[in-house]
Amino acid sequence: MKKVALEVNGKKITREISDHTTLSGLLRDKLNLTGTHIGCDTSQCGACVVHVDGKSIKSCTALAADLDGSKVTTIEGLATNGKLHPMQEAFKKMHGLQCGFCTPGMVMSAVDLLKNKKNPSDQEIRDWLEGNICRCTGYHNIVAAVKEAASKM
Amino acid sequence: MASLVGSRVERKEDKRFLTGKGRYTSDINIANQTYAIFIRSPHARAKIKKVDISKALKSSGVVDILTGEHIAQDKIGGLIAGWAIRSEDGSEMKCPANPPLAKDSVNFVGDPIAVVFAETLDEARAAAELVKVDYKVLKAVSNLGEAMNSETIHDGIDKNLCYDWLLGDRQKVKEAFEKADKIIKLDIVNNRLIPNAMEPRACVIDYNTASEEITCYTTSQNPHLSRLIMSAFGGVAPENKLRVVAPDVGGGFGSKINLYNEEIVCSWASKKIERPIKWVAERTESFLTDTHGRDHITHAELAVTNDGKFLGFKNETIANLGAYARVFGTVTPTYLFGPCATGVYIMPAAYSNVKAVYTNTAPVDAYRGAGRPEATYTIERLVDKAAMELGMDPIEIRMKNFPTEFPFKQTLVHQIDSGDYVAGLNKAKEMADYDGFAARKKESESKGKLRGIGVTSYFEACGIAPSPVVMMLGCGVGLWESAEVRFNPTGQVTVYTGSHSHGQSHQTTFAQIAADELGVPIENIDVVHGDTDKGTFGMGTYGSRSLTVGGIAIVNACKKIVNKGKKIAAKMLEASPDEVDFKNGEFVVAKSNKKKTIGEVAFASYLPGVRDEVKSPLPEGEEPGLIESSFFDPANFSFPAGSHICEVEIDPETGHVKLDKYTAVDDFGTIVNPLIVEGQVHGGLAQGIGQALYENAQYDDSGQLITASYMDYTMPRADDLPDFNLGFTCTKATTNPLGVKGCGEAGTIAATPTVMNAVINALDGKEISLPATAEKVWKACKEMKKSNAKAA
Amino acid sequence: MKTFNYHSAKDVKEASKLASSNSAFLAGGMTTIPSMKLGLASYKDIIDIKRIKKLSGIKVSGKTVTIGATTKHSEVASSKDVKKAIPSLAALAEGIGDPQVRNRGTIGGSIANNDPAADYPSACIALNATIHTNNRSIDAEKFFRGMFETCLKSTEVIESIEFSIPQKSSYQKLPNPASRYAIVGVYVAQHKTGINVGVTGAKSCVYNDKDLAGALTKNFSSSVIDSVKISSSGMNSDIHASSDYRANMVKAFAKKAVDAC
Repeated sequence: MKKVALEVNGKKITREISDHTTLSGLLRDKLNLTGTHIGCDTSQCGACVVHVDGKSIKSCTALAADLDGSKVTTIEGLATNGKLHPMQEAFKKMHGLQCGFCTPGMVMSAVDLLKNKKNPSDQEIRDWLEGNICRCTGYHNIVAAVKEAASKM
Repeated sequence: MASLVGSRVERKEDKRFLTGKGRYTSDINIANQTYAIFIRSPHARAKIKKVDISKALKSSGVVDILTGEHIAQDKIGGLIAGWAIRSEDGSEMKCPANPPLAKDSVNFVGDPIAVVFAETLDEARAAAELVKVDYKVLKAVSNLGEAMNSETIHDGIDKNLCYDWLLGDRQKVKEAFEKADKIIKLDIVNNRLIPNAMEPRACVIDYNTASEEITCYTTSQNPHLSRLIMSAFGGVAPENKLRVVAPDVGGGFGSKINLYNEEIVCSWASKKIERPIKWVAERTESFLTDTHGRDHITHAELAVTNDGKFLGFKNETIANLGAYARVFGTVTPTYLFGPCATGVYIMPAAYSNVKAVYTNTAPVDAYRGAGRPEATYTIERLVDKAAMELGMDPIEIRMKNFPTEFPFKQTLVHQIDSGDYVAGLNKAKEMADYDGFAARKKESESKGKLRGIGVTSYFEACGIAPSPVVMMLGCGVGLWESAEVRFNPTGQVTVYTGSHSHGQSHQTTFAQIAADELGVPIENIDVVHGDTDKGTFGMGTYGSRSLTVGGIAIVNACKKIVNKGKKIAAKMLEASPDEVDFKNGEFVVAKSNKKKTIGEVAFASYLPGVRDEVKSPLPEGEEPGLIESSFFDPANFSFPAGSHICEVEIDPETGHVKLDKYTAVDDFGTIVNPLIVEGQVHGGLAQGIGQALYENAQYDDSGQLITASYMDYTMPRADDLPDFNLGFTCTKATTNPLGVKGCGEAGTIAATPTVMNAVINALDGKEISLPATAEKVWKACKEMKKSNAKAA
Repeated sequence: MKTFNYHSAKDVKEASKLASSNSAFLAGGMTTIPSMKLGLASYKDIIDIKRIKKLSGIKVSGKTVTIGATTKHSEVASSKDVKKAIPSLAALAEGIGDPQVRNRGTIGGSIANNDPAADYPSACIALNATIHTNNRSIDAEKFFRGMFETCLKSTEVIESIEFSIPQKSSYQKLPNPASRYAIVGVYVAQHKTGINVGVTGAKSCVYNDKDLAGALTKNFSSSVIDSVKISSSGMNSDIHASSDYRANMVKAFAKKAVDAC
């Protein structure tokens, strides 16, 4: 067992976890932050993407023990004071989600893209989202949503 | 108030999904829950000699371990086929028993044998490794083409043949073929696909020892049907003691229509161990045990005249059912496939003959489109081949054979109520700049690339109906849908539907419909679905039926509300009901300014009296309250149709196919919410394109699934697809009051042949099998180069 | 995944001391963690080396670029120094996995794992890399032994990888459509001392294609590649690409690489 202290969505938390607990496991099972989803076991689908110290990572492929001291932002921490993040607004406006399962990872990944590139081209958006699989939307409206968010941010 | 039907209303469900507040089955935890791990067969076909759980039972944290023996002792029933299909010779189809846990034999890799319940997931996993199963491994039947000549998988099912079904008239077809100038022949394999909803299957079960009620939270497209099957066939509990809840469900695409082994086993076991149970599939388990789709081998022929008129069509197909026949497994390759195989054309004579066979692979069932993509692929490849062999333009040959008068009696079954195929194809042609293709091809060639263009015209038969007809054809249930509309005394409305949304946006679309019918702001309308304890019975969501069947039930229930409201308003306004009109949420007495809002009427209906006077707003014989329900059974299917055109560019050096342009023109009748409908088309297209270029479930000779992860099974990703260019035409459906047609499957149905026709066009007509992977295309390019060199 | 003892090593010495035949060093974990999750691997000890500061960073000298073992792909991809000295190496890093993999995955982890379809091993071969461990310095040609096999001892820690700066170079890959690993990846680099053609994905282990290198030494142009015969024997074959296709793709992507140099 290991004790880890992290800042999750702005709140300091300390939890006792077993050594093999993944970050997604910590978030979902210990912190009840179930917005972070598990869609595969090979680190391919991207439903579990969160930000650690400002960068997007796959939380199913990171050990919680190794993130002691990190700052984590999950989909639950993206809106501020009840106001949706522009990326969340854009996904809603452009219908960039259907079943919603890949959405948290998709949104967190897209937010990281705009941190790296303010006005990405369609191709840059599609390339960046390579690690996020969506089965519902055909990506068309996701790309549109990211562009919409870029224009608003 | 402006009509909401037709407008791009943003979704009511989005906020919770976008803020991480969705509630999927795997998000649910119940105090004191145990964790389930299933022990599954690693062999495709084997006899179970012995299951030894003694060591595993002693493992740390184990609560209990149950096997097929326990299932048999408790007489828990198995999984069933929902449609009985009769063979051409009149005999009934043959289906094997499919117990929830195998006791004597296993028939595909992943077939469950036993289940461990433990205090933690880690402990369940560790114990599962200690369950020892002694198998006698048998030769697997994994090749569809050879299945009828292989060893018999299930006792008593000769040739592994479930049925040998015929629709159509062989003699008439023979005569038509004798008159033909040319016979176009085609052999195709409709590749096997794995639906891959992003949310893996899961169930969480809670048994209440006092009320003896089982609550099963599960990833289902149709919770009511799951409850019915689990109760009537599984014998798990009577329906009144079984509550099935499908909360937020992360996609289904057909794979979550079925009730699965795990739901039956965990529901039964929760009562047995008197503990809540949580089971969540790992992605590998989903690959192995979710129902798969497609998997046909087809030989088809089209008889044509020299000027491109179609005279007759024959279709000989072998369809893979996998190891067992499941809910829609037997109807998908028959009534959902056969009738549609003649396409959108006048076809004087036709038949479809389908042999459905068992193999030692995962069960095959409905996958988005279910039968209709296979049918459309068959006819649209044939039509393209005919155009090529006759030296005709692919659009010209299609136009030549389109019906222009509706209703159109389609050759094999359907009476298509409305459509305008000519308008759709013309619009697609224009939007795709079909005439500019030659110039673009030249440009590609100047860069050393090949370019092809592909056309498909399709129709779809969806919203299967009416119930007496589908039950006559062998369906075990009627395919109506129910709705209940409840006005609260203070004026908000709750709409209960028996269909289920797992991405389709019912909470928005259905609220739009109800808002228009009742004149209530959409903000005041909530749509509830997915819980057998809430709302009436329903048949669920699949086959593009939710709006055309379930949506209309809502319309009808709203109309009943308005009718009752009218009577109450009349009494309140001291007028006759005939004088009262309902518009924009107000009951108005004609030629007066006397009116009551529907909210006032609702309030009065619940509080039917006043102080100091005996006076009711309710007319004589009218009951208090404002709640109405409806069961809608349409008179016919709905028949969306359309034409799609795409262009591909091929790098002959690598065989890589780039999907460059995709244009889709669809006719869905009235469109309730264009934003949502476009999304449905986009998603459908991605899945159809996936079948054409990327996806292919493959088993090896021993029956091992070699595409059991995203490392090997190619899912279309953002960088594989282009933006889609969508257009719509509209001929209203005549079989429902909104004029709506289904839209969920159209993209998937049309995209596969459209892309393949383009690839084959780029390859100068060289046939290539699905999916057009880089290596296959590269080989074809090489052969093309060789034959071109020879010709030169 | 089965449990293990997690250690975060302070320094290389501690990491090495904790290691055994039943342990694994953890850097990005992009292969180790999924392998454990799928039950393909299990260890008694996981020794995290990410917090050892000296293992991370990029240094450019006149002739070489040295990259610390725990330097992330995204850091290599965005490094101005790498882009300037060996642009093809930055481009290779930009093409590994997806953004989230690049934000965690490390160069040391990639080469220590020696996946036959990984990208970095081809760079090591093409760029005459020297792999510096806590014990020794190893030439890339000797480092990669076979499928998932290197000459590293279980207690040996990769500290950095030193690449020679070529005169010109390019890496081109045909990604597996599902996994996005290389079906074939060809890294062509021209040094003053000679030409290397590092090929990954094609065989059980990365290799330097001497025939292609020889032909290009005589005439550095893509047209010369057509004349080189590449046998499919020994090439990998799977559902995504037969050995024959792979052999031809080695040529096709060698041509693309030469053209892009």
